[in-house]
Amino acid sequence: MATYTSYPPKGYRVRMSTYWWLGRWPYLKFILREISSVFVAWFVIETLLQINALIDGPEAWLEMQDFFTNPIVIALNVISLFFVVFHAITWFNLAPKAMAVRLGGRRLPGIFIAGPQYVAWVIVSAAVAWLLLHG
Amino acid sequence: MHKRSNEPFVWLLFSAGGVVAALLIPIHLFLFGLAFPLGWLNAPSYDNVLALARSPIGRAYLFVLCMLPLFHWAHRFRYTLYDGLQIKHLDELVNTFCYGGAIVGTVIAGYLIWRIP
Amino acid sequence: MAEQIALEVTRFSPERDKTPSVQSFDVPLRKEWVVLDALNYVKDKVDGSLSFRWSCRMGVCGSCGMMVNGEPKLTCATFLTDYAPGPVRVEPLKNFPVMRDLIVEITDFLEKLSKVKPWLIREKEKAPSEGEYLQSPEQLETFRQFSMCINCLLCYAACPVYGLDPLFAGPAALALAQRYNMDSRDEGKSERLDILSQHDGIWGCTFVGDCTQVCPKHVDPAGAIQQYKLTATQEWVKSLLMPWGGK
Repeated sequence: MATYTSYPPKGYRVRMSTYWWLGRWPYLKFILREISSVFVAWFVIETLLQINALIDGPEAWLEMQDFFTNPIVIALNVISLFFVVFHAITWFNLAPKAMAVRLGGRRLPGIFIAGPQYVAWVIVSAAVAWLLLHG
Repeated sequence: MHKRSNEPFVWLLFSAGGVVAALLIPIHLFLFGLAFPLGWLNAPSYDNVLALARSPIGRAYLFVLCMLPLFHWAHRFRYTLYDGLQIKHLDELVNTFCYGGAIVGTVIAGYLIWRIP
Repeated sequence: MAEQIALEVTRFSPERDKTPSVQSFDVPLRKEWVVLDALNYVKDKVDGSLSFRWSCRMGVCGSCGMMVNGEPKLTCATFLTDYAPGPVRVEPLKNFPVMRDLIVEITDFLEKLSKVKPWLIREKEKAPSEGEYLQSPEQLETFRQFSMCINCLLCYAACPVYGLDPLFAGPAALALAQRYNMDSRDEGKSERLDILSQHDGIWGCTFVGDCTQVCPKHVDPAGAIQQYKLTATQEWVKSLLMPWGGK
């Protein structure tokens, strides 16, 4: 601590509540963004299950298709899709903050960094969809 | 006294995983989680999917699709546990659970992908 | 327009109270008045013992930071009429120990600030006879935004990581470190990297981004920290690939 007199005022401190993130909308948005990672992990688990079914043969693959039509699984995937898209949008929008690109002394507006990522998103998604639907 | 942290290593994995998750997971989740099961679009047949998955590029693609997002989850969830549950003092436990879990998932993914016929 | 507005102010006298309490004052609701004017009205006319920090009353000194209705604000820049019909809750800046009423203990920040070496570090100082250090407008532009910080600590009040982990360096300290890193006259990048690339340095930040939202001078500390994470990562990769490279 700094050089204090013999009676330093300790100050009154409040411990931060476990529910601090409910107190303000920016905090809640932040925690939702972080929670999206759980649904990202859930997607990986689903993918591993699908690969497992692929290995076991056509009957197992069909059973896996059935599993995906289960209403609970569908509901879970709807929620997951929301969170994963939320992750994508927040990710692309935050990238410009981390990269200070300068052209001719002026900082490039964020849209030039976020924009190409959205374009890439559309292109890549279209490519994946085409491969799976026509490949 | 101040040795530079090795955090950049996991931060790189987190960032790469974030990019992969952002670009690829939405379309995969939409197709396999909603469009195919609900019949909005024709699901590819077993043979089609197998043909795509067993190719070298397909295997590499699947591995990246599984491994990087797992490390993205590990890093982000680790900090969520620190900030949300305020259990930073259990950081060894948290790190083992998060990064260990990601490593286990990666190993499983590698094994399964290797076993694709 | 209503004549008055209620101000609900935190009171805390360490010699008397165990915990802070709230006292309500009715102050005139004048169109041009800011919260600071209301506080000074209370101190002048109602209760002279009300304690708070202020100085320039024009948003450049950084003294009057407080929580107004739960948001960190400079009270000299927060108009009463924006909160009509009220009441307006005025509390000491969050995440700092409260010394008295609305005054908080900021020694922790001052220590962290000096730890990041917010000054020009040079191997060899240029003698005045050799002339000035030359810096182009473009070079200035790379760090000018981060130099706007007035140390008002609103960003610390907004940062949940700082609230949860008192060891975290915090937004302003890291932004100011970056201000010197980016200064073309500075040669201390490497020295600061040792201090900052730590868990309680930049790596504690989870990019909540609220610090940038509340900053009254648009310093964008969150941006500074993320840019520095990139730099630190580049240096880390370089040190992996070229371990023999000098610092």
